[in-house]
Amino acid sequence: MEISGAKIVVETLIEQGCDTVFGFPGGQVIDLYDELYTARDRIRHILTAHEQGAAHAADGYARATGKTGVVIATSGPGATNLVTGIATAYLDSVPLVAITGNVPCSLIGRDSFQEVDIVGVTMPVTKHNFIVKDVNELADTIRMAFKIAKSGRPGPVLVDIPKDVQTALCSFEAQKQPVIPYPLRFADEGRLERAAEMIRNAQRPYIYFGGGVISGKASQELLEFAEKIDAPMGCSLMGLSAVPTDHPRFLGMQGMHGHFASSAAEAESDLVIALGVRFSDRSTGNKERSSRNFRLIHIDIDCAELQKNVFADLAAEGDIKDALERLTAMISQQEHPDWSARIVQLRAEEKRRTERALAASRSKGYVIPSVPGDTDNKPAPRRLDPYTIIDIVSAGADDPIVVTDVGQHQMWTAQRYPLKRPRSFLSSGGLGTMGFGVGAAIGAHAATGKRIVLFTGDGGFGMSLNELATAVTQHTPVVIIIMNNGVLGMVRQLQTMFYDRHYSNTTLNRRTNFVRLAEAFGAAGAQCTTAEELEKAVKDAFGYNGPFVIDCAVDCDEFVLPMLPPGGSIDEIITEID
Amino acid sequence: MGDQYVIAVLVSNISGVLSRVSGMFTRRGFNIDSLTVGETESPGFSRITISFRGDDDIKEKILRQLEKLHDVREVEVLDQNGSVIRELLLIKVRNSQDYRQDIMTAVEIFRSKIVDYSPTALVCELTGESSKIDAFIELVKPYGIMEMCRTGIVSLERGENCLKTVK
Repeated sequence: MEISGAKIVVETLIEQGCDTVFGFPGGQVIDLYDELYTARDRIRHILTAHEQGAAHAADGYARATGKTGVVIATSGPGATNLVTGIATAYLDSVPLVAITGNVPCSLIGRDSFQEVDIVGVTMPVTKHNFIVKDVNELADTIRMAFKIAKSGRPGPVLVDIPKDVQTALCSFEAQKQPVIPYPLRFADEGRLERAAEMIRNAQRPYIYFGGGVISGKASQELLEFAEKIDAPMGCSLMGLSAVPTDHPRFLGMQGMHGHFASSAAEAESDLVIALGVRFSDRSTGNKERSSRNFRLIHIDIDCAELQKNVFADLAAEGDIKDALERLTAMISQQEHPDWSARIVQLRAEEKRRTERALAASRSKGYVIPSVPGDTDNKPAPRRLDPYTIIDIVSAGADDPIVVTDVGQHQMWTAQRYPLKRPRSFLSSGGLGTMGFGVGAAIGAHAATGKRIVLFTGDGGFGMSLNELATAVTQHTPVVIIIMNNGVLGMVRQLQTMFYDRHYSNTTLNRRTNFVRLAEAFGAAGAQCTTAEELEKAVKDAFGYNGPFVIDCAVDCDEFVLPMLPPGGSIDEIITEID
Repeated sequence: MGDQYVIAVLVSNISGVLSRVSGMFTRRGFNIDSLTVGETESPGFSRITISFRGDDDIKEKILRQLEKLHDVREVEVLDQNGSVIRELLLIKVRNSQDYRQDIMTAVEIFRSKIVDYSPTALVCELTGESSKIDAFIELVKPYGIMEMCRTGIVSLERGENCLKTVK
């Protein structure tokens, strides 16, 4: 029997195991939406307020589960609104299939209404993309999109489908199984043997891992490997949650705003074993080979990441789980008592520095950002410091998925929030997309049914608060913590340190009442300026079945510390500011 | 500038593939000296020949990024001693009685051909390695080059080594 292209899309999505799609309808996907209506008991569509929110939601769905997220948008502006979400997924290696409608084939190239070359636009931010001009190729193209998205290093794939392809008829036979990814590549035995030799000879080994450990499901293997070689571990932002943050070997995120102990341990080590990580400039500091004292082993599933940003003395392409299993088996139990003692010292040093910085920050009077001629700027009576906020929220939460937006709050959360299991921390790392949070939270809940804690700032929340409407409709139990400092804090911090305090356009000074805003959307909210208020609000929020906004007053000159200036070495790390 | 490399890239013969390959170079900040593309004996595949300058590190990065592209089937660096490398030049030179004979001599020595002749202009065709083409252009420059175009490099390995086209 012949069915329409639109129906083929829906049937293929279901065949690929997709239970939820996120999207926003429009003229060139109306046929597809008609079929989604018919199939609504088999596949759920979550309507967002904006296509970007839908893309982040599909991304959050994928990050929270490892499954491929699916987002649908119409042609033209619908498609271009996806671009930031697709790029976000691309930079963080998230499997995503984006489906866009386009004008009928006969109108392509004529600058028709809502026509845009979305394949051209998204070429640099997708693993691959397709335009399907023949309905006979539609089902296999969508299958291939899933295959590419989840093979090897995952990533987004876009499929653009002109309207006439959606209405054209074609025979269709559903496959019994979702497509199987391309076979994994496994690390070369000889290289692993050389790696094992380097590890055996090391006195001060240090493990630096990234998101590849999470997507490669290698958390357990990583912990066993670390025990076997007696090494401490640090990670990139994307690696967070791969191992429990309270694990005795875990020193925390390293890099620009990472923990002192992990950055220092890396600098003092004689061998760094980098696993599923790509040495982003934010996590790596000085990348020059000459500036380092350690040798480097780099293992990654993506061959193109090897020798790309840093020189590795030994690089191996392959699945991380397999490589770790084999490496662990090759090495006898190692002992590095001196190095372990040094790590204890570094941890103690970090604790001292953090406590001094916290005490200094807490003793300081708050600063109100001022705008010339503004007389309506009443100081808040008290303010909360970021770590106190995080501690209170995490104490009140029962194993939620933690989502962040982008900015200072993101770094504080990454440094401080206790995480227990993989995929419990979702954050836009590579692209650093402000406005990621609310959409991702909706998607993560839709995928897991779990409670979500979203940390955001007043700046980032302003970029995504339209999706509060979606969270209300979806009854998303998301506790939204706004670290409200009235400024774009991350940029302000840079302006303070490197731009002579020229606060060019980083002072928001808005009059937004976030509690009333939440209520206007049909959500609940509370404003907090003290720990006691926050404790009560958190209690209320975690008992609430829907989005709950907690507006926390934070000083505009709270800094994210430590700070390793871009390209800087460990000696240049700033842990305290006068 | 570094060494010159010539790479052959076997790609699926589908729309957009040239954008994907050239876009990768642009996006990653690699420079292309010349790029040629054409169908192969299998209609499903095109072969792209790219020459660029760089060090070994850049070359490796380019190869790895190319291999990641879904439409790219095979990439190979062509060893310049073990390969035949050719480029085609069409050049239009002013035709004037004063030095027509000089042009003819140059054409003969370089084994070029005159493929169009008019009272005011000559079009010469020349095939060879890039250095030969460069030399010919220098030689006829004084006579007045009206316009020219060169194809960029195409290359095949000597002997029976081939890129593995999937039939």
